[in-house]
Amino acid sequence: MIEVENLTKRYGNILAVDRVSFRIESGEIVGFLGPNGAGKTTTMRILTGFMPPTSGRAIVADFDVMEKPLEVKRRIGYLPEHPPIYNDMLVSPYLDFVARLKEIDSRERPPEVRRVMDLCGLTEVQNRLIGNLSRGFRQRVGLAQALLGDPEILVLDEPTIGLDPRQIVEIRELIKNLRAEHTIILSSHILPEVEMICSRVIIIHEGKIVAEDQTAHLQASLRNSDRLFVQVGQAGPQALESIRRVPGVISVLPEEKVPGGYRVELEREGQKIREDVARAIVTGGFGLRELKPVGMSLEEVFVRLTTVEGANPEEGGKIS
Amino acid sequence: MKKIQALVTKELGSYFISPVAYVIIFIFLGVSGFLFFQILSYFNLQSIQMMRYPGLLDRLNLNDMVLFPFFHNVVVFFTFLIPVLTMRLLSEEKKLGTGELLFTSPITTTEVVLGKFFAAAVVIMVMLLFSFIYPLMILIFGNPDVGPIFTAYLGLFLLGSAAAALGLLMSSLTENQVIAVISAWGVLIFLLIIGWAAQSVGPTFGAVLQHLSILEHFQSFSKGIVELKSVVYYLSFIFFTLFLTQRVLDSQSWR
Repeated sequence: MIEVENLTKRYGNILAVDRVSFRIESGEIVGFLGPNGAGKTTTMRILTGFMPPTSGRAIVADFDVMEKPLEVKRRIGYLPEHPPIYNDMLVSPYLDFVARLKEIDSRERPPEVRRVMDLCGLTEVQNRLIGNLSRGFRQRVGLAQALLGDPEILVLDEPTIGLDPRQIVEIRELIKNLRAEHTIILSSHILPEVEMICSRVIIIHEGKIVAEDQTAHLQASLRNSDRLFVQVGQAGPQALESIRRVPGVISVLPEEKVPGGYRVELEREGQKIREDVARAIVTGGFGLRELKPVGMSLEEVFVRLTTVEGANPEEGGKIS
Repeated sequence: MKKIQALVTKELGSYFISPVAYVIIFIFLGVSGFLFFQILSYFNLQSIQMMRYPGLLDRLNLNDMVLFPFFHNVVVFFTFLIPVLTMRLLSEEKKLGTGELLFTSPITTTEVVLGKFFAAAVVIMVMLLFSFIYPLMILIFGNPDVGPIFTAYLGLFLLGSAAAALGLLMSSLTENQVIAVISAWGVLIFLLIIGWAAQSVGPTFGAVLQHLSILEHFQSFSKGIVELKSVVYYLSFIFFTLFLTQRVLDSQSWR
């Protein structure tokens, strides 16, 4: 369980995290989403006890991070943005060293090291110098280090960065499999990833939480308008016109890739309008082939949330 | 305690897997070997000359004429090598981001500082152990007083540990190894020459400055005297700098 109240972190004049509050229940996987420099890493560093907040409170696994940092650190596995690896060490001695730091006693250490190497696919490189490994393997060594000792809370700062697509899938699967008995926070700026792994998303922008909800809800609640995809047999200006004339339809745009396809923008709560659109096409004899609602992707949600009001979202200038 | 041990083992591993320790020990042995050879050949020359004056032969003394000058010359060079040994200990953790592992592990900053310091102390011990070959030659082929050799080594070890503690402090202040080593040298030079000011500032304050000088305390060790005040000086120097290092590490997370 993680509870954060009014967390604020200042670096001199720069406000990195601004009165952030959230609560994560045991067994949840929560994604921190935000552009670079949004305050994700800072928040994670505070949670892991690496740096204290300027003000506010963070309780991790029933311990206050400020008052009982060691107790918190015993229960957390942390993968920082840059994997904390020593280039002059071999993989398995490195993991053994971390296991010793994490107070795993000598009898349990070798099987534990083997377990995490197995989980992260490091067994084949266990006797190689970390400095000579590829980016993907280093990232996995970093992840293995965080999993040592099976901590109840995992804090993963961009866990799939630098991996190739196949490895990304593997690591995502791995994280999903950890879901049952761990509380996991992971940060990412890859939206489909968060969509795939996490049950809940916290979107941070310029140090503030701009949205926080279940992944599914978030998309629905942020829709200002409903969208339909329609495909008809006899496409043409007539079909387009008859759809447009349906009350509640804001705009109709032909879909370029699909012949006869239209993208229809509806007013909010378009259930009734959907029926009307279908009826208009059928009565007009245009041959209704397909009609389906299109959800807004997380990308669009994200852009909408993090683009400062008034700025043109097309330019995307505010998102760096 | 186990975590300190883990850290010491890890640090020793990186000292001896990478060429760092070998290079430093090699240079130390090379230079001190050269000094030893020079002093010994000068001693030989003198003893041949003195053959002509049998009355003066009593003055030939291995302790005074070889070992004392040897230690006296080696000590400065030795002191200045130590910060090279310690410069990466903490600065590198910061630079590579591995500090993030160290300081989010259930290990206190005190344990981190002690672990790093002990690792450096072990390397210093290894260094000194190898250099023992020079006095050993004297022991085999002559009969010097053994006591001063051992007290000199005790003094070298204490002095080296003090320099290591200082180097560690400087390493904690920056993520740049060059800055760490240069600033440690700066402080060491200052502590070496502070005694020089003693003559010009009057007897009372002069004595204080004399006692602050790190080399001053080594003198008695190399003469075979273990003075309590010198031992206390080195130990308190080590304690104080390690304490400061721990404070620095603690405070860094606050900024």
